[in-house]
Amino acid sequence: MTELARPAVRDADDTARRRYLESTGRRRFVRFWREFVRRRPLGTAGAVLIIVMLLTAAFADRIAPYDPVEIRFSDLLQGPSFQHLLGTDPFGRDVFSRIVYGSRTALLVGFSASFVGCTLGLVLGVVGAYFGGKVDQLVQRLMDVLLSFPLIVIAIAVVAALGTGEDKIANVIAAITVPIIPRVARVVRSSALSIVNMPYIEATRAVGSGAVRIMFRHIAPNVFAPYLIMLTAFLGQAILLEASLSFLGLGVFEPTPSWGLMLRGAGMQFLEQAPWLAIAPGVAISLAVFGFNLFGDSLRDALDPRLRTA
Amino acid sequence: MRRYVAGRLLLMIPTLVGVAILTFVIMRAVPGDIVALKYAGSPVPQSVIDDERHQLGLDKPMWAQFTDWMGEIAHFDLGTSLWTGHPVVEEILVRFPLSLELAIIATLLAITIAIPLGVLAAVRQDTWTDYAIRLFSIGGLAMPSFWIGLLMVLATITFFGWAPPLVFTAITDDPIANLSQMVLPALSVGYRYSAVSMRMTRSTVLEVLREDYVRTARAKGVSDSIVVLRHALRNGLVVTEQVFNLNGIGKLLVDAVAHRDYTLIQALVLLLASVFVLINFVVDMAYVVLDPRIRYS
Repeated sequence: MTELARPAVRDADDTARRRYLESTGRRRFVRFWREFVRRRPLGTAGAVLIIVMLLTAAFADRIAPYDPVEIRFSDLLQGPSFQHLLGTDPFGRDVFSRIVYGSRTALLVGFSASFVGCTLGLVLGVVGAYFGGKVDQLVQRLMDVLLSFPLIVIAIAVVAALGTGEDKIANVIAAITVPIIPRVARVVRSSALSIVNMPYIEATRAVGSGAVRIMFRHIAPNVFAPYLIMLTAFLGQAILLEASLSFLGLGVFEPTPSWGLMLRGAGMQFLEQAPWLAIAPGVAISLAVFGFNLFGDSLRDALDPRLRTA
Repeated sequence: MRRYVAGRLLLMIPTLVGVAILTFVIMRAVPGDIVALKYAGSPVPQSVIDDERHQLGLDKPMWAQFTDWMGEIAHFDLGTSLWTGHPVVEEILVRFPLSLELAIIATLLAITIAIPLGVLAAVRQDTWTDYAIRLFSIGGLAMPSFWIGLLMVLATITFFGWAPPLVFTAITDDPIANLSQMVLPALSVGYRYSAVSMRMTRSTVLEVLREDYVRTARAKGVSDSIVVLRHALRNGLVVTEQVFNLNGIGKLLVDAVAHRDYTLIQALVLLLASVFVLINFVVDMAYVVLDPRIRYS
């Protein structure tokens, strides 16, 4: 049976074929991005913003001139100057350094929440579409419940139940992951539904593949494009959510540098006296989310043939 | 057709029951109830605390509290707030007119900006006009609305030396004072909405412009105006949904959770979930009415 489906190939041929496939794969990859940069200036601008942010996070300790959590009572609430590019906060901490280190928090929360949320959504969507019937109904109802549940309640419950503190970033990530799951599961399910009944799935089953192999080896790769698009889109959203939750006092806690948290306390309190405290973190949040949204949008246009310009 | 509608209506019930159970369990899993929070740090004898718990019915077993609540819901009674002692309906109604007014102004503002710009961007796809409009709209999605609000207050203070008054004036008392108070929040919320609906308008018009696509839609028995109408409807509903999620009522919810005001939280979550589920139902029904393929299957 297996002999028929997969004719035995001599080792040498096999490596040659694999090498060929890999090289064309790489060539296609390069061609795709070259085309992307040429035809989508907005998406490229987004990609540049993302790269800048990644570099900032990676080299935060070299870029930041001061320790982001060190309190200096001699430098309280100073305006922007050459010593302190974006001024200092009411604890004398350097705002620029806090923004630089804040990129780590934002990226960590954004990447983890988006990746976990999208992956769980992918699994649930594919499982629902593949099994159909009662399993599908159950998954869908569960997703409906999560979808109609206000984020604030989830966030507060997770944060209150698991505790808060400097080392509890995982809780914030968990709170942000939950609302992403059902949104991804919905999209993946509808894409997967159109694949489930295709002849090649039938063929794979006839060859003797199990459900798990069919779902993750044959269906999942075909819903990878929407998955990738949603991953970038939700990355921006997750960063925005982290900022909003921290702003409400439900996210990351002092002294961890977080952009939303910087807006919360001093940013509001000293709005007239020290406007840089409110402006700088907001600009950082907006640029980050803006970058991911621009990139995600263009990626969608590039991957979705229906939206491509003829 | 009738069976489909009935089926969709019935499906709303398990979703709402799921939301009810989840809210109930989650809030009770969070450490500290309202009595504990109220007397935290003060030397009150345990008997007082027990009495208060008894009065609020918090000493009953979980399942009993849940069935009591479900019984009240079945009589359309949302209960009384544990924190203020006022009926939950009153607590919500006090905030509702403000939320609604803000929602209406912001939505009108959003649609006035979004539709012409969205159409323009689609017609000029991949030109600098399109890029500029998309930058404007993606920017709206990227900026947190609380930050836009903060910046607007800052700008009016610095450039006009004017700060919005802190005391709220109802529109019935003094329409001009009321509207001048609503301008900033409506702008900051409206910009965000306009970003959402601008993107939708753009992609809808793009779809309509793709001739093959429209031909397919026609072949399926959908006329152009219906393609647009269907998307326009979705557009409007998304905005409504956001309104219910964020403003006024949202603040009430945050406070309620901070106080562990179980009855208020449960009522609010269930209300928000119902609005959400109903909106989705209306969207699905609109599809049924507008798309003959679903109607006849």
